[in-house]
Amino acid sequence: MARLSAAERHMVRFTLNGRAVEAQAEPRMLLTDFLRHELGVTGTHVGCEHGVCGACTVEIDGVPARACLTLAVQADGATIRTVEGLAPEPGRLSILQEAFRRHHALQCGFCTAGILMSLDNYLKRQPDPSEDALREFLGGHICRCTGYVPIVAAAMDAARRLREPSSDV
Amino acid sequence: MKPARFDYIRAGDLAEAHHALAEFGNDARLIAGGQTLMPMLSMRLVRPQVVVDIMHLPALRGIETTGNAIRIGAGVRQAELLAWPKLAEQLPLLKAALPWVGHAQTRSRGTVCGSAAHADPSAEIPLCLLALDATIELSSRRGRRRVAAAEFFTGMMTTARAENELIEAVHIPARQTGTGYAFNEFGRRHGDFAIVACAAIVTAANVRLAVGGVADRPALRDFGALDGKALDDALDVFAWTLDARDDLHATARYRRELVRQMGRETIEEARRWHA
Repeated sequence: MARLSAAERHMVRFTLNGRAVEAQAEPRMLLTDFLRHELGVTGTHVGCEHGVCGACTVEIDGVPARACLTLAVQADGATIRTVEGLAPEPGRLSILQEAFRRHHALQCGFCTAGILMSLDNYLKRQPDPSEDALREFLGGHICRCTGYVPIVAAAMDAARRLREPSSDV
Repeated sequence: MKPARFDYIRAGDLAEAHHALAEFGNDARLIAGGQTLMPMLSMRLVRPQVVVDIMHLPALRGIETTGNAIRIGAGVRQAELLAWPKLAEQLPLLKAALPWVGHAQTRSRGTVCGSAAHADPSAEIPLCLLALDATIELSSRRGRRRVAAAEFFTGMMTTARAENELIEAVHIPARQTGTGYAFNEFGRRHGDFAIVACAAIVTAANVRLAVGGVADRPALRDFGALDGKALDDALDVFAWTLDARDDLHATARYRRELVRQMGRETIEEARRWHA
């Protein structure tokens, strides 16, 4: 039985955006803080910190999940993707990110990283979503700037482009 | 909004989890998917001495058909049950209710049994367990017992689980032939806690309605073969017995009206399904 003491920091290792990473965390440390403060990967944002707003959504073992509702120590051994892993190469945006830019699907940008991580996963599983299904899926995120219309437009546009045979990201 | 300090135990087998519960009792909290415990920890509504992670126990994995019931282990996530190929055929009420549980981004980690353990009065899974006469399988170092859902949910976020016990699984009776099932919910936004949720189960001889979000726990009433105005009157009596309260989401009167209206609609939906 592995027991990690409250007052000490413990090594946590996982795969982040295809790369093995490790750092130390107290048992109580949230995955959000571990990513941002220990690993210095600050693309994942911290909003409500109790699972409601969706700003901290990352992909854990292939499914979108709230990083603020996950302990860093629970993520030991997992495969995690964050918004930093979306762009195919430096200076080039993914098809989804490019669609967000084209449709002005962000204003302040605080919610964007979480929404991108959710949609990137969703469009892989549902390449041809209905607008209704997409809106229901987006219900797991709060955006206080855009009114969601440009986000939906960007996601539908990205889905269409991703279905084209030549697209690779 | 950060949890207070706690030790973290990653249980390697069931005996280790039982041992930790026997040692720490109420000072231990079990974590599986964490979708209800983590907010409670972060808001410091609970401050356990140890958090015991049971998500790595092979014994708690899996959805099995056992006789006429479906056994869902404590490690089964809500998304996993929603994706189970036999869900519509075996558990049509859960098929209708699960999309209302949180959001896709929380169902991906939240577990079925975790929701039962949390026992939020407006949660969909406890409501379905009650409506379907499910049983909750509890185990501890001392043994194992099964408790009917009607006896398990004892009040607001309170259950019959003893402090040395863990929920190992829930057993939900499979779909019966000649039975109709329906689920409806009203909330301000999809994914919010239900203001009122209704589950209806209708056979030729009986109309059953279970209601969540009104009383301090899900409530159930069997109406026999009542129909028409007599059923409306009985629903009105039921709505008044639920001891609805005003809160910042809705008034008691509004909740009673939802029980009458949405309750009846849900019953009719189950009836059509049955026919």
